[in-house]
Amino acid sequence: MFRKLLVANRGEIARRIIRACRELGIATVAVHSDVDAGAPHVRDADQAIAIGSAPARQSYLSIETIVGAALRAGAEAIHPGYGFLSENWRFAEACRQAGLIFVGPSVDAIRSMGDKTEARRRMAAAGVPVLPGSDGTVSDGDAAARVAAEVGFPLLLKAAGGGGGIGMTRVTRPSDLPGALTAVQRRAEAAFGNPAIYIERYAERARHVEVQIFGDAEGRVVHLHERECSIQRRHQKLVEESPAPGLSPGLKERLTRAAVDGARAIGYVNAGTMEFLVEESGDFWFLEMNTRLQVEHPVTEEVTGLDIVTAQLRVAGGAPLPWGQAEIAQRGAAIECRIYAEDPARNFLPSPGTIAALALPEGEGIRVESGIVAGSEVSVHYDPLLLKLVTQGTTRDEAVERMAGALDACVIEGVRTTVPFLRRVMAHPQFKRGTVHTQMVEQGAFNA
Amino acid sequence: MPEEIKAHITGVVFQIAAHAGDAVQAGDAVIVLESMKMEIPVEAPRAGSIKEIRVQIGETVQDGDVVAILE
Repeated sequence: MFRKLLVANRGEIARRIIRACRELGIATVAVHSDVDAGAPHVRDADQAIAIGSAPARQSYLSIETIVGAALRAGAEAIHPGYGFLSENWRFAEACRQAGLIFVGPSVDAIRSMGDKTEARRRMAAAGVPVLPGSDGTVSDGDAAARVAAEVGFPLLLKAAGGGGGIGMTRVTRPSDLPGALTAVQRRAEAAFGNPAIYIERYAERARHVEVQIFGDAEGRVVHLHERECSIQRRHQKLVEESPAPGLSPGLKERLTRAAVDGARAIGYVNAGTMEFLVEESGDFWFLEMNTRLQVEHPVTEEVTGLDIVTAQLRVAGGAPLPWGQAEIAQRGAAIECRIYAEDPARNFLPSPGTIAALALPEGEGIRVESGIVAGSEVSVHYDPLLLKLVTQGTTRDEAVERMAGALDACVIEGVRTTVPFLRRVMAHPQFKRGTVHTQMVEQGAFNA
Repeated sequence: MPEEIKAHITGVVFQIAAHAGDAVQAGDAVIVLESMKMEIPVEAPRAGSIKEIRVQIGETVQDGDVVAILE
């Protein structure tokens, strides 16, 4: 096992990783941009290194600077967290070349799953269902029209060079296709430096259900059950839970089997997530694979009682998986609410600023993962996630009730947050019944 | 009548979509701000022509700052 690790991230996830390291007796090195010099993750770590100015490209996205900082600090491993460089195969490769352990899967797994058309091919070959769509990328309007004629409308144009719903556009009519194609290519180029796009059939009223998987170097792959993540805005998740409510045992069995088969087919090592769309018919389709720790990993930890982050560290250090499939049970229910510095009354516009006052809930069944303290500066340069509230209960109803109470006890002043929106979600009859789908937020189901 | 176009959020200028002399329609993006990983257009409030762009790419603007003049 390594003795010192650099955390190539900021905010709540950097703090979560530092906590896991502490539990295993691993010394930690934080990195920070100039605006983050006084940030909580910097204070939590044993050592901190400044890596540049506020824009992420000049600090948290600088491979050379971060690898250099790790070597200088004498770290033996790097944990990338999520976002930033976590799914950048060049970063994993740079770590390998520098003799550093990258806490995550192989360069090949990151690269093949990061190329979304390659991921579709690899998963289809492994017997995992993929949505009808283009065979590879489509380069021009004629090619797009040919695929559209087969797939039908509505369809989705998606960036091949990266996931997370960025640049994704729904097209409902053939006449909109050429204009949408150009716009999505431009956005894909801006976000991923790669204008390539592909087409998939659009699944109406589908649910987003994902499976946490975990593999080790000996080729063992297990799943840690599923999470339901359908409450989204702009294809970004706001509420996640485990188990997924109302999933039949047969469907759940097919989903988890597909997830494990897919991960095994690419020789996956460490923690990863297989995302699926589940239709009302019970058909399900591979969406993408996240080759990293997921924002919503705590709901899985709460229902399984297992620590995903310490397991990541152990497996990266060469140990076998700490659990066999038979030991991984789902008990009770857990929900996570993401509290963003965004104004739900203004269509989730960003709300940067200074945290003037902060009071967070505590108590039985409540877990808080926060990246901020009173006085924190919420910068325009980074993701707006402030903190995550996680509640757990012996039943889903109990977890929902605890979440409603926890949200009421949450006081965050100085910036607008998603808290009022999340309160309405917890109180909504359809959410309480567990019959959610991915278009609910955009359709205004939770509007004030 | 010249009219000030103001940023409605704090962000970094990501793109300048219209330039001095350009004719714009109501709702056209004049500049695009990047804030918290989101691209947010600052739109022309009415049709007119751009007299002046007051910001540069990479510059941080505050909520309420004047970014352009419309006439």
